[in-house]
Amino acid sequence: MTLLWGFLWGVASVATIAGGAILGVWWERKVSARIQMRYGPQQIGPYGSLQMIADVPKLLFKEDIVPDLADKAVFKLAPLFVFGPVATSMVVIPFAAGWAPVDMSVGILFFLAVPSIEVIAILLSAWASHNTLSTIGGLRATAQMISYEIPRSLAVLSVVLLAGSLRPLDVLSAWQWWWAPLTFVGFVIYFIASIAEMNRGPFDIPEADSELVAGYFADYSGMRWASFMMAEYGSMIAASLFGAVVFFGGGWPLSGAAGVVLLVIKTVLIMTAVMWVKWTFPRPRQDQLMSFCWKVLTPLALLQLVIVGAVLPWL
Amino acid sequence: MTQTSTSDVTPDTAETQPTGTEPTETVMETVVNIGPSHPSTHGVCRVVVHLDGEVITHCEPIIGHLHRGIEKMAENRTYLQVVPLTDRLDYVGSMYANWAYCRAVERLAGIRVPERAEYIRVIVCELQRIASHMMGIGSTGADTGAFTAFMYTFAQREKVVELFELLCGARLTYNYVRPGGVSRDLPDGWVEQCRAFTAQHPSAMLEIDDLLLGNVIARARLKGVGVLTQVDAVAWGTSGPIARGSGVDWDLRRDDPYSVYPRFDFSVPLGDNGDSYDRARVRVWECVESCRIINQALDQLEPGSVQAEGLPRLLAPRPGDAYDHIESARGSLGVYLVSDGSPRLYRMKVRSPAFCNLAVLPLLAKGHTLSDLVVILGSLDPVFGEVDR
Repeated sequence: MTLLWGFLWGVASVATIAGGAILGVWWERKVSARIQMRYGPQQIGPYGSLQMIADVPKLLFKEDIVPDLADKAVFKLAPLFVFGPVATSMVVIPFAAGWAPVDMSVGILFFLAVPSIEVIAILLSAWASHNTLSTIGGLRATAQMISYEIPRSLAVLSVVLLAGSLRPLDVLSAWQWWWAPLTFVGFVIYFIASIAEMNRGPFDIPEADSELVAGYFADYSGMRWASFMMAEYGSMIAASLFGAVVFFGGGWPLSGAAGVVLLVIKTVLIMTAVMWVKWTFPRPRQDQLMSFCWKVLTPLALLQLVIVGAVLPWL
Repeated sequence: MTQTSTSDVTPDTAETQPTGTEPTETVMETVVNIGPSHPSTHGVCRVVVHLDGEVITHCEPIIGHLHRGIEKMAENRTYLQVVPLTDRLDYVGSMYANWAYCRAVERLAGIRVPERAEYIRVIVCELQRIASHMMGIGSTGADTGAFTAFMYTFAQREKVVELFELLCGARLTYNYVRPGGVSRDLPDGWVEQCRAFTAQHPSAMLEIDDLLLGNVIARARLKGVGVLTQVDAVAWGTSGPIARGSGVDWDLRRDDPYSVYPRFDFSVPLGDNGDSYDRARVRVWECVESCRIINQALDQLEPGSVQAEGLPRLLAPRPGDAYDHIESARGSLGVYLVSDGSPRLYRMKVRSPAFCNLAVLPLLAKGHTLSDLVVILGSLDPVFGEVDR
């Protein structure tokens, strides 16, 4: 029975990410177009909202190219392993008080830890492609994603400290409005580190289109390429949703169905901010990104943790 | 493509080794081909990069992918038929090649150009400088990942291109400047549209400057990257924004005045450090200065003929040679012509600023990372139509 439920939630999570990716791509096209003084898609459906209906079959029908020199089995499997962890991590996020797809006592740790497996899959895809640019991209991704785990986890830890629990449902029920200003620096760190985690601009250094063409997925086409894309959107959705729950109290101040709607709105706002950042900033260099992580974000996250720790005895 | 190799394993690697550096056992070098078809080679340039980790130990631009033999083709054509060929040299700034060629022809054949035509040439070429620099600045943005900045500069470029479209019907290869003048007079209402453009352009440049070059990440990416010293800039024969970015105060419009440039009041922006940032910055301010020149030229524009009188259909200058150069968006663009007295050119040679500027790439890129290479290449702003010819 548990297995069945687990399977069903897995399917639901994949469906959420797939649907979210389709809507997310449309939304990003519109947002980026507005930032760049364009209109974006407008021909297919109202406001171009059905554009992805046209794009997904195109991806499905594309030729599945596997380079001759690639390590074929690894090359073919890697996209699944990139997408899998992201979909898995989604299931622990609570949508409303007392309701999470999977109630886990260490859910927050689970959410932070599981997507890290993606690093290995990215490295595999990069290495299997047998392409110098891909390899460089994969190595960049490894360095970047492992480093940014630390400030990201530290930032979330400050909320965990306030809630006194690693269970996402407990965090949600214990959440107080004044946590938001108290952990705002933590949220900013979480926001920046999450962008680096999902390899999105301006931290899309592993796939830097102007340097590495597309980095670790340069040789992928069709649906395999699409699963990298979905993983990227999936981690954006998951990170935004998780950020909205942990730092902004999920559906607070509403509850029930209205709370879920509010949670979705908060998530979309965070996602829009992620897009806004991407379409505004240039990309830093790898070494600059790493020194920013270790010399700025990590100390700041520790400072945030100290501040929360100092406040805690007075509660 | 070689995945990873010690320097002495593959013959391909050994072939492209820099001379004088003996490969050692301990150095693991990765050889990466950037291009010929790559998002930031600005055309078709192949750069063979030797990487130690991500640090460039040696790089070599391999050119010629866009070689069409334009200089040779010119030998089979009459003087007028060569003008469309020059369009294809620097396809981001066709007006310059037109003009440089036409000046050489005029010098060879002793043609006097009417004053109105000279003013129109100055106006279109300054507009062309803006259009070309918009491409250069925008690609600096695109190379660093700021694609929005690219779109902003292209919105400005589009306005210039629309002005050219009104002028001659073409958006890229204009064939507008002809020996003896220009192909046709300004259409009705063009002057007003041009004034409207120059009125809004400086403020748009400030916005782009703020969006791209004012950004803290962009500054970190551009400052101190690809430093070309003043001595090297002169020694390698660079010109245009690359030399001026290094503080070489050299601009043909002022230092070897041609056409009606002495009548205009303008300044030549200079950089201090010779890095990618200064080169981009020089381009930004040159655009503002170009607007000043255009405004003055529009004020002084008098009615008159735009084509020299009594020019034969088929030019056949007396035997001899002529060289003339102008300040293009990329530097000093020179055209050398030899005539044997027949209606066809005997020889044409183009002194291409993009070619000379590209030569400093290995010098600038050494010791920087792969990410910096695209920034440096972008800051040199080469156009391969002109490099390869």
